[in-house]
Amino acid sequence: MIRLEKRPTPSRAWSLGTPILAVILTMIAGGAMFAALGQDPFETIRVIFWDPLFHERFAGFSRPQLLVKAGPLILIAIGLSLGFRAGIWNIGAEGQYIVGTLAGAAFGLAFYPSESPLLFPGMVLAGLLGGWLWAMIPALLKVFANTNEILVSLLLVYVAEAMLASAATGWLRNPEGQGFPGSRNLSRHPGTDNPELFAGTGIHWGVLAAFIAVIAAYVLFQRHMFGYQIKLAGQAPRAARFSGVNPGRLVILCLGISGALAGAAGLFEVSGPAGQITIDFNVGYGFTAIIVAFLGRLHPIGILFAGLLMALTYIGGELAQLILQVPAPAIQAFQGMLLFFLLALDVLSNYRVRFGREGVA
Amino acid sequence: MTAPLLDLRGLTKAYPGVIANDDVSFAIQPGEVHALLGENGAGKSTLVKMIYGLVKPDSGTMALNDAPYTPAEPRAARAQGVAMVFQHFSLFEALSVAENIALGMENPPKPRDLSARIRDVSQAYGLPLDPESLVGDLSAGERQRVEIIRCLLQDPKLLIMDEPTSVLTPQEVEILFHTLRKLSAEGTAILYISHKLEEIRALCDAATILRLGKVVGACDPKQTSAAQMAEMMVGKSLAQPGRDASDPGEVLLKATDLSLPAASAFGTPLRDISFEVRAGEILGIGGVAGNGQDELLAVLSGERATPRGAVEFNGADLATLPPEARRGIGILSAPEERLGHAAAPDMTLTENAVLTGATRKGLAKNGFISWGRARAFADEIIARFDVRTPGNHVAARALSGGNLQKYVVGREILQDPVVLVINQPTWGVDASAAADIRQALLDLAQNGAAVIVISQDLDELLEISDRFCALNEGRLSDPRPARGLSMEEIGLMLGGAHGMQEAAI
Repeated sequence: MIRLEKRPTPSRAWSLGTPILAVILTMIAGGAMFAALGQDPFETIRVIFWDPLFHERFAGFSRPQLLVKAGPLILIAIGLSLGFRAGIWNIGAEGQYIVGTLAGAAFGLAFYPSESPLLFPGMVLAGLLGGWLWAMIPALLKVFANTNEILVSLLLVYVAEAMLASAATGWLRNPEGQGFPGSRNLSRHPGTDNPELFAGTGIHWGVLAAFIAVIAAYVLFQRHMFGYQIKLAGQAPRAARFSGVNPGRLVILCLGISGALAGAAGLFEVSGPAGQITIDFNVGYGFTAIIVAFLGRLHPIGILFAGLLMALTYIGGELAQLILQVPAPAIQAFQGMLLFFLLALDVLSNYRVRFGREGVA
Repeated sequence: MTAPLLDLRGLTKAYPGVIANDDVSFAIQPGEVHALLGENGAGKSTLVKMIYGLVKPDSGTMALNDAPYTPAEPRAARAQGVAMVFQHFSLFEALSVAENIALGMENPPKPRDLSARIRDVSQAYGLPLDPESLVGDLSAGERQRVEIIRCLLQDPKLLIMDEPTSVLTPQEVEILFHTLRKLSAEGTAILYISHKLEEIRALCDAATILRLGKVVGACDPKQTSAAQMAEMMVGKSLAQPGRDASDPGEVLLKATDLSLPAASAFGTPLRDISFEVRAGEILGIGGVAGNGQDELLAVLSGERATPRGAVEFNGADLATLPPEARRGIGILSAPEERLGHAAAPDMTLTENAVLTGATRKGLAKNGFISWGRARAFADEIIARFDVRTPGNHVAARALSGGNLQKYVVGREILQDPVVLVINQPTWGVDASAAADIRQALLDLAQNGAAVIVISQDLDELLEISDRFCALNEGRLSDPRPARGLSMEEIGLMLGGAHGMQEAAI
């Protein structure tokens, strides 16, 4: 019989080792799945994990895509990790991402055709503010009306999607767009664009913001009282109140920060890689970032790597569909396996596995 | 009494890094009340867990009535006549007494028959209890009776009791002792674990003393003084806490008609509480847990909002002040529940030092924590209060209860409080460490702090308090000078035995 024995202190070695083990197990189980689909498992794994970065023909296109895709994921996940560590569950980053996009883009378009250098910083601020405001709805409702922030933030995603559709087809539609839905192109207009800063790297302002957020969150959790209070509130809510943490203040701060970062991520996306507001502008970064946050164990450095890994499986998955005609659902199942193994192996850092039977009560 | 009921020979149990029991041998005679004494971590719990089938010994044998006794699980132990009443009750508050008892039985009889049997047993042993009442409505003493009756219905030959009196009023203790003496007269042996040496002298026929997992002695408690037994437990003589008499100074903390609604369905509201504590004084607040102790501490620590004008510190209203600001002006507190309230279980001792020490110990500047200073503070607590731990990097949950208690109490005492509010300062702490903590509290008062000690241990309160009052159902009695108070008077202040005096004989 296999028994689990709680460790007195969580094992550091295992909490670092489990993500690597999870990736290896995913490769094995995913390889078996690809083999069952009639693909060469080794080639498929290579296409997913290796070719996006090093394939002689495709890497030139897909390598910059890695940071373009990882940037918003990391930026949003860092914000979410603050709340998640404190036991505050913002599931609606997708909605905050959209509202941030709308606020930032509307700010930029309001001054069209201005090319002022102050325009882009203003758009970033508007994006932060839009995401923050959208997150304040579940935050204030939770603090003052004791509602559940999971439900409220999630449902507000659908409101935000409706707002996005109305903006793309109505109030932000390009007046010179012959009636097609979609706004003016922000990335092709000086002043509102978020260009690639270093050619061939995919780094734009949003990616830089993501790196800064990683460093800031790292310092916050390692050294700052606020990070300490977040951890305390998540681990032992009663001890946190005894220590003097105000639960309502924590809810407002955590939801506010995660909303603002999600909003900024949306603004960087619409003014850079996406270029314009369209009906289907959002592609689920806000939801995928939840996975990234947990994949990275809610640790800033972990989130950095998890965001890169997640982006890699997306790009590699697309490549595998393109080169090998692997069906898209198989790629999604493969990504699901990764999350499954990671969460399942989580148990190893807190528990010791024992074989054999002893007097168990 | 030649053939022992239970004979333990050479029992040994090792856990990683520690030998909990090392070659433990002793015997319990039929009908004997046998005390098991020892400090925290001496191995008492492991030993009774082996007898009750919760833990398997690494080596050694047990014999029950001359037959080999190897219980694989508690059910097997119960089937052979060994029953146990735990320190923490395992009862469902929303179920009735009879339903709770039925849940613990292998083949519960029909509800009506069971109720009749509960009545029979409770009358026969002087344990008044209504089988139909809800456990949620019962006092701690009554809940313990439920556990005892649950055991008695199995006709045990050996009854193990772990710290049974820690939650009882003096009158309830009398009822319990009466029952236990009656059981013993009928031939049931009782293995009795307690830190309270005077109780053991009053009740027990024999005592076995454990230290660091080994049997270090046996004595007849009736012939041995409490001080002698304590020395055998600790291995050295104990210093009696004491201080020089001093006159109390000005009033530091004053509560006037403090009322607070209950926080939850099973919480207790505070009702019109008034008291004052002066500099250099220890105010003892007695009472059985669950009568508003947690709520009183929460309202003084700032964890719950204080009604306007109800509590004053140095003449200034405390109402809006949050916990950290109260610590800043010198009002410190230590709650009863160590894990999850006074300390975060998964955080290291260093991180837990920051929990209350951030402001007063200067562990954080401009919001940035200095881990070096936090480690130094944690090490200071560990050294000063003899906390047994491999180091400050250990998670709080890895410490034994008594050691963690020393840590969280020490953390507050070493911050030089002006007012210290402390709930159950020595709960689960062994005799010598308890004496250290009490001495530290007396020293605090000596140096001009005002100390409020909330405790269920009346001996402790009488030993260190200047004035004593009782908290009962959220009401605080008028404080009285502690010197000269008798146990009977205190019992009446605590609300007697919850309407059950007639059973005490």
